[in-house]
Amino acid sequence: MSDIALAAPDDLAANQRLRLAGGYRLQFEPAQGRFVLLYPEGMVELSDSAAAVLKKCNGEGPLARSEIIDALQCDYPGADIAQDVHEFLGEALQRGWLIPVGAK
Amino acid sequence: MNEGGPRWLLAELTYRCPLRCVYCSNPLDYARIDKELSTEEWLRVFREARELGAVQLGFSGGEPLVRADLEVLVGEARRLGFYTNLITSGIGLSAVRLARLRDAGLDHVQLSFQAATPDINDAIGGAATFSRKLKAARMIKAAGYPMVLNFVLHRQNIEQVERILLLSLELEADYVELANTQYDGWALINRDALLPTAEQLAAAEAVVTKWRETRGASPKIYYVVPDYYGGRPKPCGGGWAKTLLVVAPDGLALPCHGARKIPLPFPNVKNQNLAAIWQESTAFQHFRGEAWMEEPCRSCPERGKDFGGCRCQAMALTGNAASTDPTCAKAPKHYLVQQAVAAIRSTSPPELVRRS
Repeated sequence: MSDIALAAPDDLAANQRLRLAGGYRLQFEPAQGRFVLLYPEGMVELSDSAAAVLKKCNGEGPLARSEIIDALQCDYPGADIAQDVHEFLGEALQRGWLIPVGAK
Repeated sequence: MNEGGPRWLLAELTYRCPLRCVYCSNPLDYARIDKELSTEEWLRVFREARELGAVQLGFSGGEPLVRADLEVLVGEARRLGFYTNLITSGIGLSAVRLARLRDAGLDHVQLSFQAATPDINDAIGGAATFSRKLKAARMIKAAGYPMVLNFVLHRQNIEQVERILLLSLELEADYVELANTQYDGWALINRDALLPTAEQLAAAEAVVTKWRETRGASPKIYYVVPDYYGGRPKPCGGGWAKTLLVVAPDGLALPCHGARKIPLPFPNVKNQNLAAIWQESTAFQHFRGEAWMEEPCRSCPERGKDFGGCRCQAMALTGNAASTDPTCAKAPKHYLVQQAVAAIRSTSPPELVRRS
């Protein structure tokens, strides 16, 4: 997952509300012992940290980036995660896993 | 945990189909195979596949909409946790049927076209279907589905690639699959009429490259490379019996939908459970891993990448499923592919043979 150029964090992006794109489904797979992201005719096997972030985007209502980061910071107190999460969200947007709310 | 289990179950529900495509993937003698699995048998297959770790489920055929129990099958598959893909010609898809499938939990629809224009589409498919496919595409999008449009490419439609992409854009496809024909079964019978020239391929690939550069990400193009040109074989799935499990309409379990003609004792889901089939059957073990390989595959540095190419193609072209896929430039019988490519340059295309 290192082949993607990552956008620098900025205030505008921090307020962007995100949700899983249509046709994508986040699911725990007992046979694999991990979360996977399912989409038409394909699947991404997720690391624990990627799954933790995407689970926040898969809740009741779409969250803003800053809210996602805050929520994860609560789950992992003491860890400095903001930059990593921000970069992952940028990558997930670029790959089309997440979309800004309001978009199709 | 079941790390070594299949991830993809392709359920070929039926060989029946209202189309008669000249590259049909049904076996040549499919008409002989008329006894289809029952609803209950399919549901057992789904449960067993899910227990093995399969998570993507393709409802295919033939035309899966021919099965009146499709909604029941989709509903149970979705309940079991499968991501459910309907792979269809669109013929038989009404708004009512689509709504029922959606209620059952269908996740996604892949719709095939035979070309971007009605004349070629209907000639290749052997039935007047183009306008019905357009309607089906609009229904699928109106129902809010992500949509993959699939076009099998060959000599008769490959010059339409730009029109294909424009049509896909107009129909709001999320993905468009441009799949160069795999020359097996009916497509092998029609190979001399279907194999594109190197110039046609280069022109088509230039269009794809330009589209990707200038049009951005939508629709996303999956380009399935041709293996008759370039001298490199296509990898066999992710390797024989590695991730894909196919169950044919009559219950035959196969590592690939083209494997039926390989002389191995393929098991039937009516007689054995899928775990035994996947883990222990002779046929599934046969080409798993690398021990079966002959030279030049056995010592080839690319053997872990292409797995010696396609076993079904090796069988079809050389009569020996264990031989190196002849599309590989290193294959002892690569001349078979070179001769086929040379033949289309010196002769005009023969008449297409319509699938029975």
